[in-house]
Amino acid sequence: MRAMVYRGPYKIRVEEKDIPRIEHPNDAIVRVTLGAICGSDLHLYHGMMPDTRVGTTFGHEFIGVVDQVGPSVRNLVPGDRVMVPFNIYCGSCYFCARGLFSNCHNVNANATAVGAIYGYSHTSGGYDGGQSEYVRVPFADIGPTIIPDWMDDEDAVLLTDAVATGYFGAQLGDIVEGDTVVVLGAGPVGLFAAKSSWLMGAGRVIVIDHLEYRLEKARSFAHAETYNFAEYDDIVVQLKKITDHLGADVAIDAVGAEADGNLLQHVTSAKLKLQGGSPVALNWAIDSVRKGGTISVLGAYGPMFSAVKFGDAMNKGLTLRMNQAPVKRQWPRLFEHIQNGYLKPNDVVTHRIPLEHIAEGYHIFSAKLDGCIKPLILTAAA
Amino acid sequence: MPYTADKPSRAESSEQLRARIPGWGADLDPRMRPSVPKERFDPGLNGAHWEFPDRQPETRPRERSIEHAFLTPVFGTSAPPKGLSGVIRRYAYRRFSEGRAAHWLLLLGADRVDAVESHLASFVTLRPDNPITETGVVAEPSHHPVASRVGQKRADLAHLPLDPVLVVGPWLLAGGLVLAGVRAVVRAVRR
Ligand SMILES: NC(=O)c1ccc[n+]([C@@H]2O[C@H](COP(=O)([O-])OP(=O)(O)OC[C@H]3O[C@@H](n4cnc5c(N)ncnc54)[C@H](O)[C@@H]3O)[C@@H](O)[C@H]2O)c1
Ligand SMILES: [Zn+2]
Ligand SMILES: [Zn+2]
Repeated sequence: MRAMVYRGPYKIRVEEKDIPRIEHPNDAIVRVTLGAICGSDLHLYHGMMPDTRVGTTFGHEFIGVVDQVGPSVRNLVPGDRVMVPFNIYCGSCYFCARGLFSNCHNVNANATAVGAIYGYSHTSGGYDGGQSEYVRVPFADIGPTIIPDWMDDEDAVLLTDAVATGYFGAQLGDIVEGDTVVVLGAGPVGLFAAKSSWLMGAGRVIVIDHLEYRLEKARSFAHAETYNFAEYDDIVVQLKKITDHLGADVAIDAVGAEADGNLLQHVTSAKLKLQGGSPVALNWAIDSVRKGGTISVLGAYGPMFSAVKFGDAMNKGLTLRMNQAPVKRQWPRLFEHIQNGYLKPNDVVTHRIPLEHIAEGYHIFSAKLDGCIKPLILTAAA
Repeated sequence: MPYTADKPSRAESSEQLRARIPGWGADLDPRMRPSVPKERFDPGLNGAHWEFPDRQPETRPRERSIEHAFLTPVFGTSAPPKGLSGVIRRYAYRRFSEGRAAHWLLLLGADRVDAVESHLASFVTLRPDNPITETGVVAEPSHHPVASRVGQKRADLAHLPLDPVLVVGPWLLAGGLVLAGVRAVVRAVRR
């Protein structure tokens, strides 16, 4: 089969690989029909995530057709069209039993501080991902769900991560009616977080980024007020000015480890790997939210320490909430929102790239060329 | 506005927002929010028909975090450790918990070694690494390289010149190693 393969920082290629085998009785092998590149993949691509090995296949956003099932699989049969949450989880451990699917204890041998994610380095379990023609899907009875007939394929693939994550992030904000919400980052995750904040009853949604074309999308798609942080000497002061100098009630970090806006933070993290991530957006969130406010962290950071302004967070009495999204938990309600027309996931898709050209896809998405917001990956086997 | 006890007045009322934004307030009631509360104990909900999963066979020694009691019942089998990077990785797992910076720094170091090892190894295969195609820069001419960057206040342009250093670095290192190796061999043969 054809599969994307990591060759080192900023380098990937498509190789011929063996089709994955059933390795556990509850495994399924899924033939991928549509995939996507996520902002999280960029952290791997840039060599920031420890134990990202040459030869691994990335990709945690994919849908496909069940090709084989292991002997203990009850809920799926070959031929089923499935959407697969980016989390790999057992359904039965302490954490899964409490709905913390992204924190499963039975699937990641390499680390206890993170659950397992498809194609997301050995730190996230060492599983190959779905930017390929076939993928091994562990716990086939737990995560994968048959795609409803009414659902568009592109919407389905976006629900496997970005939509569910943004929606989850708005919930982490504990938004109450009329709250002012600041969303840092106008990538797919931030756009869906902004959109979801309205569902929770926000009174005002403000989106911050430095890419004008993404801010344009935040205005049109997410009905948000927007500010380009590169146009202000100090975006925190600007955010205070527009919130009566009290600060916003809620801030959502949808940027993560590679935040721009502070060269020293960027270089020490993204380039020198001296910290787990550049917490520029997180620090802006801490400083711009009001005292007693809530911060929702969706942005991903590496397992190393990061220079976070913890003193401010403590002195301001903030509530910090965060997690990798437990994707499947969001689906039933999100399906209703989509059917009601409140949300059209594939509005953020800008590029559709054949698997054979995935190296170009990564470059376009990483360098933010050509108005790129969300690139999908088309597999030949589809 | 003076600092008083009032919540700042809103520009738009809930009614106006409901009229303007599709779905506004659909999840206003926290009971409609699927992730509230954070923990909800319901072991039957997830479709697991086991109390503890079957164990995936360990066909080769599988490195694991020493914070785990045992090898997890299911684990990934992509890219087993190999070469010098593999030795470093195994040591990082065996010796240091996730709580130790040494664990992660060794793993990051192993990643860099892995990249150099793999580039070198690729030169003796039918498909050597190709920095032009693998970095995807061939997409530049057809995807508005100038318009996407010039005339805008993009903060990331500040570190744009650094990116190639990361890309070319391992190549220079690999090239240097090859050169040093060749020189050593030549010297040995001459002697
Ligand atoms: N929690 C989860 O489950 C989960 C799931 C998916 C993605 N993520 C993480 O969410 C983050 C965003 O993902 P994405 O796919 O939208 O990525 P993306 O790279 O497309 O978007 C990030 C955006 O942040 C902007 N940005 C950079 N620095 C900024 C700053 N200082 N302030 C404001 N904006 C800034 C960038 O210009 C970009 O538009 C990533 O860190 C990703 O790893 C988390
Ligand atoms: Zn993702
Ligand atoms: Zn579990």
